[in-house]
Amino acid sequence: MSGTQLKGDLTDAAVLSAIRSGDENGMAALYDRYSAIVYSVALRVLGDTGAAEDVLQEIFMQLWRSPGLFDSSRGSLGPWLSVIARHRAIDGLRKRRPETDIADVVVSVEPDMAGDAERARAMEKVRGTLGSMPSAQRQALEMAYFEGLSHSEISAKTGEPLGTIKTRIRAGLLALRKAFAA
Amino acid sequence: MSVHEQFVDDLALHALGVLEGDERVLLEKHLEECAACRRELEQLRGDMGLMALSTAGPVPPRRARQRLLDSVAREPRRAVAPAQPGWWTLVPWIATAALAVGLVAVWLQNLNLQRRVSGLQNQSAQQQAELQRAREVVSTLTATDAMRVTLVAAKNPPQPQGKAIYVRDRSSLIFLASNFQPLPPQKAYELWLIPTSGAPIPAGIFKPDAHGSATVINPPLPKGVEAKAFAITVEPESGSSAPTMPILMIGAGE
Repeated sequence: MSGTQLKGDLTDAAVLSAIRSGDENGMAALYDRYSAIVYSVALRVLGDTGAAEDVLQEIFMQLWRSPGLFDSSRGSLGPWLSVIARHRAIDGLRKRRPETDIADVVVSVEPDMAGDAERARAMEKVRGTLGSMPSAQRQALEMAYFEGLSHSEISAKTGEPLGTIKTRIRAGLLALRKAFAA
Repeated sequence: MSVHEQFVDDLALHALGVLEGDERVLLEKHLEECAACRRELEQLRGDMGLMALSTAGPVPPRRARQRLLDSVAREPRRAVAPAQPGWWTLVPWIATAALAVGLVAVWLQNLNLQRRVSGLQNQSAQQQAELQRAREVVSTLTATDAMRVTLVAAKNPPQPQGKAIYVRDRSSLIFLASNFQPLPPQKAYELWLIPTSGAPIPAGIFKPDAHGSATVINPPLPKGVEAKAFAITVEPESGSSAPTMPILMIGAGE
C-alpha cells in the first residue's frame, strides 16, 4: 500500500490498517479526515493556535507510533480522537502531565463520522441540541468541557448549588445522546 | 442497564475528568465492581465526543499537515514485523504464558467455588435450624405424653374442642382435638374441609387417646382449596367419602 494515494472514501478500519502496516499515506488520510475535529477542540480549549497545533501533532504521532492504541472495540475513531484531544488540551491548559492514558479511553458512540457528509450532519445536530438547551445548562456543560472546571469551580463562578451544576452537566450530555438516538 | 442512582451525576463529571477528591475515589472504587456504571461511563465519553463536534469549523494551518507527514517520515515504522526468529523459540514463552493464564483461571475458579460453598454452608445451616424448629413443633403437637390442656371458663365441664389451622396456598392443615369422647370399635372421627363451593372434602380420620386428645397433621388435600369451614362426623374406621349425618362439630374460619 505504501506509496499509493489512499482514497478518501475508505473506511476508518482500512485507514487504520494502512497505518498499522506502516503506510505513511494512511496517516495522510487520517489527518485529512480528522485533523479539523482534533484541532478545533484543542483550539477551543487552549485558545491558542500554536498550542492547538502541538496537541494535533502529538496525538497523530502517538497513533502513528502505536496504532494499536485504538481498536474498533474502543468505539468510533472520530469521537475517540476528539475525546483524546480534549483531554490533552485540558492537561495543557492546566500545565499538568497527561492524566489520561490513551489506552484507557473507551468511547461508546454510534454516529459514523468517517464521511464528510456524516460529519457535517452530526455537527449540525450537536449545534442544534446545544442551541436548544437552557443557557445555564449549556454554560455549565461548556465550562466543564472546554475549561476543564470541576463542579465546585463552576459553582463558585456561577453561584449555583453544587448539585444543580452536577445535574445540569449530566443532563446536557444526555441531551446530546438523545439527539443521536432519535 | 441499571446505573446506581447515587453515582449518576458523578459519572458525567468523571467522564469529563473533572471529578475530584473523595467523590472521585469513591466512584473509581465503585467502577471496579460495577459493569453497568462502567458502560454508562463509556456512553458518557461518547457523548463527550459529540460535544467536540460543536467546535468544528477552524481548520489547522496548511503547514500542520506537512509538519506531521515530515515527522512521520522521520520515524518510519517497520511496515511488517521484523524478521521473526523461528517459531519454536517462542514455545517456552507461550507455554509459560499459557501456564500463567491457566493458573490464574484455576485460582479464580477456586475462589468462586469457595464463595459458593461458603454461601451454601450458611444457607444449609439456616435450613437445618428451621427444620429443627419445625420438628420440635410437630414433635410437641404429636407427642403421646404431651399434656393437653383446654382452658375453659371456670365451673364449666370440659367440652370437646377442635382447632384447625389451615394454609390454603400450601394445602397444609394441622388439627388438634381435645376432650373428645371415646368411640365404639370400628368407628372413628373424620374431619371435613367444607369448601366455599362443592362437596365436603375428607381431611383426615382420627381416634382420640385415653385423654380424649388427637392430632391430624397435613392430611392429603387437593391443592389451593378455599375453606369455608371445618366439620367433624363419626364414620367407619376406614373413613367415608361423604360425611354421615349428624355433624358433631363445625367451625368457620375467623
